[in-house]
Amino acid sequence: MRKLLILSGKGGTGKTTVAAAFIDFLSVGAFADCDVDAPNLHIVTEFTDKPEQKDYYGSQKAQINQEKCVGCGICEDACRFNAIKLINGKAQVDEYACEGCSVCQFVCPHDSVMMVDDVAGKQILYRDERVFSTAKLKMGRGNSGKLVTEVKNTLFKSSDAEFAILDGSPGIGCPVIASVTGVDLVLIVAEPSVSGMHDMERILKTADILGVKTAVCVNKYDVSPQTTEKINQYCLDNNIPFVGKVPYDIQASKAINAGHSLASVDCPAREALKTICTNTLKLMEEKQS
Amino acid sequence: MKLAILSGKGGTGKTFVAVNLAAVADKAVYIDCDVEEPNGRLFLKPTDTKETVVTTLIPQFDGTKCTACRKCVDFCRFNALVLVKDKPMVFTEICHSCGGCPLVCPEGAITEIEKPVGVVETGQSANVHVVTGCMNLGEASGIPVINAALSQDLKDSELTVIDCPPGTACSAMESADYADYCVIVVEPTAFGLHNFKMVYELVTVLNKPCGVIINKADGEYHEVEKFCDEHNIPILCRIPYSSKLASLGAGAQVASLYDEKTAKLFHDLLTDIKKEVHS
Repeated sequence: MRKLLILSGKGGTGKTTVAAAFIDFLSVGAFADCDVDAPNLHIVTEFTDKPEQKDYYGSQKAQINQEKCVGCGICEDACRFNAIKLINGKAQVDEYACEGCSVCQFVCPHDSVMMVDDVAGKQILYRDERVFSTAKLKMGRGNSGKLVTEVKNTLFKSSDAEFAILDGSPGIGCPVIASVTGVDLVLIVAEPSVSGMHDMERILKTADILGVKTAVCVNKYDVSPQTTEKINQYCLDNNIPFVGKVPYDIQASKAINAGHSLASVDCPAREALKTICTNTLKLMEEKQS
Repeated sequence: MKLAILSGKGGTGKTFVAVNLAAVADKAVYIDCDVEEPNGRLFLKPTDTKETVVTTLIPQFDGTKCTACRKCVDFCRFNALVLVKDKPMVFTEICHSCGGCPLVCPEGAITEIEKPVGVVETGQSANVHVVTGCMNLGEASGIPVINAALSQDLKDSELTVIDCPPGTACSAMESADYADYCVIVVEPTAFGLHNFKMVYELVTVLNKPCGVIINKADGEYHEVEKFCDEHNIPILCRIPYSSKLASLGAGAQVASLYDEKTAKLFHDLLTDIKKEVHS
């Protein structure tokens, strides 16, 4: 299975808009939303059947046996995450701060700490002739990289399609690193602004550290044709394929609000996205041979 | 007054709102907690900047004492330790610095050393004290850098504006938990609404009062207003989409300093937020 991942660095540049259009242009049989703490792809993929859902267990959390606890405070001192406080002479765990390291359990002289399973989110799998794997992290939970890996593995296990599209998350941290593993190409959707270009450079350098091939496109290029040109030049200088630019198009948010991709709307943004899609595919074929 | 600027969805205008609120105040502290992609300083352009390196602790092994008993490897809940040819090794990006392995080692073979994970930059931009957390490339967790940035807030600050990371995971929660009021910047689209609902849940769990700014409002999509109405969330203001604001933003200019109408909008907004906080 060949895998294309869409990333951006900066949020809101149009990752999901691009991913949804590509999925429809190419009738892609397998796709996933790796933005587990703000997933959106399900809003525009138009599945009619109810999805399969299962709980996602992240790291375990500490739980204090209130009868055994003598309030000595040894666990509170040992916890590096400030997740334990003595309240009315008994240790209490803050479930949001606890990272599940089990140091408290190790240091407790009275055997009052248990490590218990914690539902940290939900995995969701849609199927018709296509397969779509997505998830929703419970708010405030960490370890989103592990859930991203689960979302990807579920997709790969459930589909034998030849081509998969993965919609990524903003930033450069844990969920992004997990999404990059094993993909053939990362398409960066950049925004022609000072912030957008700065963030694009950070994600390109991160991708380089992780050893994955990249290509760049610019969304809403007419907001600043000058910055678009700078991005193009940056790509030339750094030997990164620049695969195209999309104009700002009010049809994009209209399509999204109506619950479908831009593929079915006759507009300038769609035509630009088609070109980018073709160029990206060509690049992936070259990379394969 | 400490304000957290949140959004859920990326690119709705958190930084735009945060830098403008700080810029129109008499005196303010701006803290960029979006440590993976910090952008506020591109707008505020602070001078006299100083950098402090942020470190976390990682284990170091004394090969002469280690007996390869595996106790540390088995204890590590994050799978950050492995034995290679009877020698323990740490994957430093995965290590959570919990301090467990030196505790469990029966031979006293593990000590902890500091490892840089990012920097906090402080500087001044007119009336704004600018604090920027910036995580090193290739790191997984921004939490240590976020905490280091928040610790640079000025003790006597009358207004602190915290520019939070997108999403609703631990990093957004850590940043918002420091504030006494949350400002949620929402884009009126189906994507914006869905992520707004998630971030509203986060704010509710944190038990913080909050208000909403509808940014890039074009008057066509009313689901955000409907949700606010149903949940009794005050809409602090609506900022219409304008190519002038878009172009100032693209050029990393603080719009209030160039456009009187925008300056007034943020002045009024700040006054309204103060009223909300004190009500």
